[in-house]
Amino acid sequence: MPVVSRGFSGRRRPAKANLPPGQYLVQDFPVLSAGPTPLDGLKGWEFRITTESGQVHSWDWDSFRALPTEDVTVDIHCVTKWSKLGTRWRGVSVDTLMAEVETSAGYALARAVGDYTTNLPLEDLLDGKAWIAFSYDGQELTPEHGGPARLLVPHLYFWKSAKWIRGIELLDQDEPGFWETLGYHNYGDPWREQRYWGD
Amino acid sequence: MARAAVLGRLNWLVGQLAEIRQETATARTLVLDVPGWTEHLPGQHVDIRLTAEDGYSTERSYSIASAPNGSRVELTVERLEDGEVSPYLTEVLSPGDPLELRGPIGGYFAWHPEDVSPVLLTGGGSGVAPLMAMARTRIASGSTAVMRLVYSTRSPATLLYAAEMQSLAARDGRLTADVIYTRAAPPGWSGPVGRLDAGRLKELAEPLGPGVQCFVCGPTGFVEGTANLLVGLGLGARQIRTERFGPSGGTS
Repeated sequence: MPVVSRGFSGRRRPAKANLPPGQYLVQDFPVLSAGPTPLDGLKGWEFRITTESGQVHSWDWDSFRALPTEDVTVDIHCVTKWSKLGTRWRGVSVDTLMAEVETSAGYALARAVGDYTTNLPLEDLLDGKAWIAFSYDGQELTPEHGGPARLLVPHLYFWKSAKWIRGIELLDQDEPGFWETLGYHNYGDPWREQRYWGD
Repeated sequence: MARAAVLGRLNWLVGQLAEIRQETATARTLVLDVPGWTEHLPGQHVDIRLTAEDGYSTERSYSIASAPNGSRVELTVERLEDGEVSPYLTEVLSPGDPLELRGPIGGYFAWHPEDVSPVLLTGGGSGVAPLMAMARTRIASGSTAVMRLVYSTRSPATLLYAAEMQSLAARDGRLTADVIYTRAAPPGWSGPVGRLDAGRLKELAEPLGPGVQCFVCGPTGFVEGTANLLVGLGLGARQIRTERFGPSGGTS
């Protein structure tokens, strides 16, 4: 049983807002990252999918942007407790990128500029659940929000939506990523409040 | 890369408010006694959970401001005008009241006292709290690492830890504190008034050498700006660890 905080009444969410447990609503778009924002932009940009057998599929910016795109409007939930509803993105579905990729891998490790990685089961990237997004709210995605392109996998806590993504490694064995080795939950389902190890 | 001192499940604990220290007109430090607390590393944070009588509850994260000290945990909370949680923590919560929390959380933005590399701590506003934990831990642990705290705040009225800041500054050559006033300085202040710019940061960072380890914490604009300036000084991304509070993210 939670302890009642005497004298606390709180600010109730609007009746329509459907938020995961422990989350609160924001109207702005907070920025959270572990280090400086990479400002290289498109210099040397390449997106690679590497399969469990070592096959590499790669796209430079032009070939990536030549792929069909989708517009998605989704709610996002950050493990630091804020949620933002109805965010509008444009990106390439991971299904599109995976169309020609032969794999029987069960897991994926997203790799971003620098050391950042995040892991998730491959099925969480497929069937219309994940995108490589390059536009937010009708504008080019800004560097602090992960531009030129970030992963968007909104059904998991937002640290899984790796900013400045450069590739996806397909793996037979699950391999915990950056935050996942630093105490954060391996899967990160906001609706089950899987914030930290053991949640 | 530093790994977390987080082991197993992070259970909710019930702390008790032992003491309040008023830091400024709008900020106070909550000194909590938390039975069952696992000692933290400076830089780590806690989640706080408030629950109303009808069961409504909400959570927020706060950086720990104190050095590891048994079951004692100190949080510095700035009251935000339109905040949901900070007004309760700064105006309602009283000594003896229970407070639910869990932690310590986060292991990247953390300083390890056995690390002897020079350290530059740059904080904006209440972002100084986890950096203060690092400075306090350096003293408590007897570390000899060169550590420089650079703290940017609007004016003397918003200066947190005012007395301690002075004694830190006077401590010894290996631990120094520099306050940057962005709007108004105290009477008799001879230094510049204004935002931390490239020139000033260079003066402060360069004596620490190319192997300096940087921790930057504060509002998003401050952290973005400062981290970019540090990259501009030639430091690598791996040397710069950041913790950002959005206008409404992190603490409210």
